[in-house]
Amino acid sequence: MTLVLNEEQLMLKESAAGFLAEKASVAQLRALRDAGDGTAFDPAVWQEMAGMGWAGIAIPEAYGGLGYGYTGLGVVLEQAGRNLSPSPLESSVLLAATAIEALGNEEQKNQWLPAIAGGEALVSVALQETAQYDPPGINLSASQDLDGWVLGGTKRMVLDALSAQAFVVLARSSGAVGEVGGISAFLVPADAEGVTVSPCDMVDSRQCGVVDFSQVRVSADALMGEAGAAWPALERCLDIAAIGFSAQLLGLSLEAFERTMAYLRERKQFGRVIGSFQGLQHRAAALFAELELARSIVLKALQAIDAGNDNLSLIASATKAKLCEVARTASNEAVQMHGGIGMTDEYDIGLFLKRARVLQHLFGDYYFHLDRFARLGGY
Amino acid sequence: MTDLDTFRQETREWLEANCPEAMRTPVASFEDIYTGGRRPEVAHPDQVVWCERMAERGWTVPHWPREYGGGGLGSAEVKVLREEMERIGARRPLDSFGISMLGPALLKFGNEEQKREHLPPICRGEIRWCQGYSEPNAGSDLASLQTRAEDKGDYYEINGQKVWTSYADKADMIFCLVRTDNTGTKHEGISFMLFDMDQPGVTARPIKLISGSSPFCETFFDNARAEKRNLVGELGQGWTIAKYLLTHEREMISGFGTAPGKSLGKAAIEEFGADESGRLRNGMLRQEIAQYQLDTLAFRATMERVGDEVKSGQGLGPASSIFKYYGTELNKRRNELNVAIGGEAALGWSGARYDDGAVVRSFLRSKGNSIEGGTSEVQLNIVAKRVLGLPDA
Repeated sequence: MTLVLNEEQLMLKESAAGFLAEKASVAQLRALRDAGDGTAFDPAVWQEMAGMGWAGIAIPEAYGGLGYGYTGLGVVLEQAGRNLSPSPLESSVLLAATAIEALGNEEQKNQWLPAIAGGEALVSVALQETAQYDPPGINLSASQDLDGWVLGGTKRMVLDALSAQAFVVLARSSGAVGEVGGISAFLVPADAEGVTVSPCDMVDSRQCGVVDFSQVRVSADALMGEAGAAWPALERCLDIAAIGFSAQLLGLSLEAFERTMAYLRERKQFGRVIGSFQGLQHRAAALFAELELARSIVLKALQAIDAGNDNLSLIASATKAKLCEVARTASNEAVQMHGGIGMTDEYDIGLFLKRARVLQHLFGDYYFHLDRFARLGGY
Repeated sequence: MTDLDTFRQETREWLEANCPEAMRTPVASFEDIYTGGRRPEVAHPDQVVWCERMAERGWTVPHWPREYGGGGLGSAEVKVLREEMERIGARRPLDSFGISMLGPALLKFGNEEQKREHLPPICRGEIRWCQGYSEPNAGSDLASLQTRAEDKGDYYEINGQKVWTSYADKADMIFCLVRTDNTGTKHEGISFMLFDMDQPGVTARPIKLISGSSPFCETFFDNARAEKRNLVGELGQGWTIAKYLLTHEREMISGFGTAPGKSLGKAAIEEFGADESGRLRNGMLRQEIAQYQLDTLAFRATMERVGDEVKSGQGLGPASSIFKYYGTELNKRRNELNVAIGGEAALGWSGARYDDGAVVRSFLRSKGNSIEGGTSEVQLNIVAKRVLGLPDA
C-alpha cells in the first residue's frame, strides 16, 4: 500500500474542509457554548453531514454505510479537528458504530448500523469509570438474572451522553478488576429504567456526561457476543478509537500551527514582524518537523486499520502517544506565540488548547500509550 | 510469468552463482565498505571480485543509463535487485561519493563528453572522488568561499584552501566549488570544477577528530590545474549545482537516522533487568528509549510517505526539508542512549573488552552529523524561510 491518499480520499478531504469551515466551524462551537443550553451540536447540520454519507463512512455497505473504510473516516475527523466541529462523528460514528460492528451479533448490527449511517440514531459508548482511562479496570457489574442481565455502576466521560438513544456499555460479568477476561458488552437503551444521565460541563464545551446504571434490567438479547469474552474485539475498537482521536488531534494541531504562523507574519513589535526573530523561527521550524511526522504516522495507522494489520495495537499506541505529544506542543506554542491575546477568551486560539487536552485524554493519553508502546516492544 | 518475475528468477540465479560467500556477511565496520579508486583499500580480496562482477552488468549503479556504465534498470527492477540482494545478505559492491553525489550532478548538469569520461569509471570503482566545498571561513555560510580559479587560456589555475574534505587523502579526483568572479553577489561567480588530486599543487592533510579517526582533511591548492573541459555547467552556475548536490548529501546523512539495529529496549533489559510485568527497571531510561523508538517509527513513515508522494506524481513536498535535521538529531539520540545503556563498557577507548571503543567513538562521531552538510540551525532557518514563509531578520 502506498502512503498517500487516493483520489476519492482527496476529494473527500476537500469537501469536508469546505463544508465544516462553513457550517460547523469554531464560531459555531463558540455560539453553542455561549447559548449555554446544553445543545451538543446543530441537528440540521448533522443531518446534512449524514446526507453526504459521513455518518456511515466506515460502516460496510451491507449495513447501509459507504464502506470507505477508516482512512476515509480519518480524513473527515482530521477536518473536524481543524474546525473544532461539534457533531456526533466521534460518539456515534467512530466509537459506537465501530463497537457494534466489532462486538454485535447480526441482529444488533441490522438494527443499529443502518440507523447510525442514516443519522437517525445516535449511540454512544460507555467505557471509562474513573478519572483515568483504564480498560481492564472495568468494574460496572453485570449479573445474570432469570431471562436477562442486571447492570450496576457508573460511567463517565460518555460523549454526547444526553443526546444518545442507546449506549454500548462495557461491564464486568466475571473475573477480577484488572483482568481482561470477564468483560462483556451490552446495548442499553438510554430510556431503560434505572439509567440516569447527568451532564458534565467540560473545558472543551462539548457535550459529555456521567451515566449511572442503577439496577438496570436488560433482556438477554442486549448482550453483544459471548458473555465475558468481549476483550479481543474490544481491544481492536479501542485501538481504532485511539487512531481516530489522533486524526482529530492532527487536524487541530495543524490548524493551531497555521493560525500561529499567520500571526507571526503580521504581528509587529520592535518595529518589525515578530516572525523575523530567529528565536521564534527555530521553534516554529522544529514544530513543523514534528507535525510532518504526525501526518505520516496518522495516515500509516489509518491504513493499518483498513488493511487488517495484525499488530494494530503497536501502531495505535505509537500514533496516539505521538499525537498527544505533538498536540501538547502545538497548542502550548500557539498560545505562547500569540502572547497576551492568546490568553483572552475572545480570541479563538484558546479553544484549541482546551479541546486538545480533552482529545489527548480520550482513549488514553501520552503516558498510557507510550507505556503500552514500550510494553508491546518488549521492554 | 511476467517479465519482472523472469528478471527476478534470473537475478536470483546470477547472484547465487556470483556473489562470493564473504560478501554475504553483514557490514561490521567502515573497512567492510568498498570505495574503490586507483589505490583501493581492500579489507578482503573478494571485495574487488564482487565489485568487478557487479560492474560488468552495470549493477554497481543499477539505475544509471547503460551508456554511462550503469545497469539501465527501471525502478521496479532496481527494487527486485535490491530485494534479491537482501535475500542472500549480499553487501553493496561499491559505495562512493561518485555514486551518491557527483554522478547525480553530472547526469543533470554535465555535458555528454563529461558524462562519458567520468561516469563509467565511477561505476567500475576505478576513480574515487572527494568533495571540495567548505573552507575555513565558509562553513554554514558556504557561498562566501574564496578559493580562486583563474583562467590561464587553456586551463584554470586553482589557489586556496578547503577544509572538511572527506577522504581527500585517499581520493583520486575532486569536484570543487571555486570562485571565478568577484564582481557580483557572493552566490554569483561560483563555478563547479573537476580536477585531479594527484598533482604537485595539491596537498591533503588529515584532521584528527574527537572520535580518533581522520575521515576529513584540510586541502591546499597552490597553483593546481583544472582542465577547461572539466568545468561543469556554465561559468558562474556553481551555486545551483552545489545546492542540488547538497540535497543529495543531506539525504545520505539523514539516512543514518533510519539505521536499524538491535532493539535498545532489549539491550537495556540485559543491563538493568525487568520487573515482573516485563518492563525495563529504570523507568526514566525506559521513557527516553520509547520516545526515541516512537520518533524513529514516525520518521521512517515520513520518508516512506514523501517517497510515495513523489512516485504518485505529487512532487517533492515540504516534508523533505526536515530529513537532514531530524535524521541527524535522531542518530545523536540513539548514540546517547547507547552510551547510557552500555555504562562502563561503552566508555572504553581501546582494547578487546571495549571493541576498540566502537560505542563511544560512534557517539563522538555522531556529534558531527548535525554540523556537516548544513547545521541543524541552518536547516531550521531554511524551513522557517522557505516553507513557513517567515521573513528575514
